[in-house]
Amino acid sequence: MALLEVEDLTVTYRTAGGDVPAVRGVSFALEASQKLGLAGESGCGKSTMALALLRLLPGTARFTGEIRFNGEDILTMPWGRLRAVRWAGASIVFQGAMHSLNAVQRIGAQIAEPIRLHSKATDAEVRRKTGELLEQVGLPARRADAYPHELSGGQRQRVMIAMALACDPQLIVADEPTTALDVMIQAQILTLIESLVAEQGISLLMISHDLSVLADTCDRLAVMYAGRIVEEGPAAAVFGAARHPYGEALAAAFPRIGDPASRRRPQGLAGDPPDPADLPSGCAFHPRCAVRLEHCDAVDPSLWPAGAGERRGARVRVLPDEGLSLVAKESA
Amino acid sequence: MADSALPTAPVPQLTPSVRDRSGVRRRLRYYGEKLGGSLISLFAVILTSFFLFRVIPGDPVRTMTHGRPVSIEQQEQLRRDFGLDKSLAEQFWSYLTGALRLDFGESFQFNRPVTDLISDRIWPTVLLVGTSVVISAALGLWLGVRGAWNHGSLSDRVNTGVALTLWSVPSFWLGLILIVIFASGLGWFPTSGMESTGVEGWERIPDVAHHMVLPLATLVAVVYAQYLMIMRSSLLDEMGSDYIVTARAKGLRDIVVRRRHAVPNALLPTVTLIFVNLGFVVFGAVLVETIFSWPGLGQLFYSGLSVPDLPLVQGLFILFSAAVILMNLVADLLYPVLDPRVRP
Repeated sequence: MALLEVEDLTVTYRTAGGDVPAVRGVSFALEASQKLGLAGESGCGKSTMALALLRLLPGTARFTGEIRFNGEDILTMPWGRLRAVRWAGASIVFQGAMHSLNAVQRIGAQIAEPIRLHSKATDAEVRRKTGELLEQVGLPARRADAYPHELSGGQRQRVMIAMALACDPQLIVADEPTTALDVMIQAQILTLIESLVAEQGISLLMISHDLSVLADTCDRLAVMYAGRIVEEGPAAAVFGAARHPYGEALAAAFPRIGDPASRRRPQGLAGDPPDPADLPSGCAFHPRCAVRLEHCDAVDPSLWPAGAGERRGARVRVLPDEGLSLVAKESA
Repeated sequence: MADSALPTAPVPQLTPSVRDRSGVRRRLRYYGEKLGGSLISLFAVILTSFFLFRVIPGDPVRTMTHGRPVSIEQQEQLRRDFGLDKSLAEQFWSYLTGALRLDFGESFQFNRPVTDLISDRIWPTVLLVGTSVVISAALGLWLGVRGAWNHGSLSDRVNTGVALTLWSVPSFWLGLILIVIFASGLGWFPTSGMESTGVEGWERIPDVAHHMVLPLATLVAVVYAQYLMIMRSSLLDEMGSDYIVTARAKGLRDIVVRRRHAVPNALLPTVTLIFVNLGFVVFGAVLVETIFSWPGLGQLFYSGLSVPDLPLVQGLFILFSAAVILMNLVADLLYPVLDPRVRP
């Protein structure tokens, strides 16, 4: 049994203008100690995914499907059990640590809060643990007395990471952990996350729009487009040889080390991500697709096995012997 | 700067002593600026107060002698006694030197020093208006928190609607209606005054409380909506914040998220409002005190204005302004204690 199994998850926001499907049938599994990267443009539903994993979505969200954490379904478990799983089982490193920390509380108190909540540690133990956590992320223990605004962006993100580690969780969800940081500090924070999860055998679900960051950090990659996973597989394979034209476009947007041609010509993807409230017919990607075929606006492809290492892809594919085949029939 | 270190290396910092010394200096300058600003405002008030009430039409001597057989000579005598025969510059100088010694002269109509009158009347006002600020702030904040947390619910809409309706009602009108219904109509409460005659010792407490119910209800009713609306909108803002999601993700109960994270942040804007209103404590109830014949400063001010009793209204005006300036100063000094981000 995998640590985290998401099965056919849909999340729909009810708004005055009608229902907006943010996640449309996502399935994936994350083994213990594995690192999975979830990539996609803004608006593709990846942050909704992160919040859904701990049932943190606002009241306007409706969901179906299953999210099994250690075999228990998060979406149906009682509130008391859910609160126990939150942070102690799985914790989240949110994007933009500027606003994810409470501005009027000392960071030590904020790190200590989940420890006090989920364990019966004494005050002295909590203080010692808080100091240890800060030092683990490269901050001196005495900074526990600082307020968030007294720290730099990178330091605040370190505090978030220390906080995420506070209850020794089995899974850390990192939602755009480096987005607001400059490149040097991004690299430091990524190295820090990588080394800490490796050291402590924690599973990592890292969410980012930056495929190259994910490819560096994670074992496996999943690419999301318009609320669906369109491609999944071992990181190097997905980044190096994408099966889905969107995955290809994402990978081509980043210069590759050792490939001077790609450095000189990073390629963008024309068009905007689709409006979740008004998705194109057929394959949601077809209006922007470079290899569009005539059926693409009618057929909605689903994932099918696409190679070694449990690879999956979702596209209308041209098979050499049969010509065009509709993939829906062969979905994995 | 700190992040240029390796991920696991401790972040270099300024040595504590250097930081402390400049911090103390910065803090002293902050408090000095706030205090200096308040003193300047107060001085400006003292200057304005003299000229402001001389613009009011009306001759104090004629108003006070109205309807009585008074000769021209006697009127001239009164004018000399009040010092109204002197030039404006001379009057201003004696007013200014007096005010700086906290001596506002003698009231024209009561023939007593203004400071004595004020010290007689200040406690009833502080009791009435102070209690009303405490109650309306507590009520408004509590309803505001509840409203924001369940925003859009029926109770939220009803509470907000009722509060806004009462807010838009004039206080003197509401006071009169309450008197008509509960005092002269049902006879549950006295129509006016603060005490019944002949009540002594500890008995006075329930007696004063009984007299206070209607004026207090009037004051609370027209004011608590302010606190409700500010708390409600400020908490609604905070509820959408990322740190609230963090707090929920930690596994905290909803009520703890609200109490420990959302409300302390949402309270910040209301603190200023509470203190500004506390500044009006000595002044805020001119109409209500007059309607309920509450023997406070508001009623005194009203009687002073109708003459115009220049020394009295000048003294009261300075007192009212000083209270507002003082409470603003307290709010300025308190805010950094509550919000670490604005700490000097």
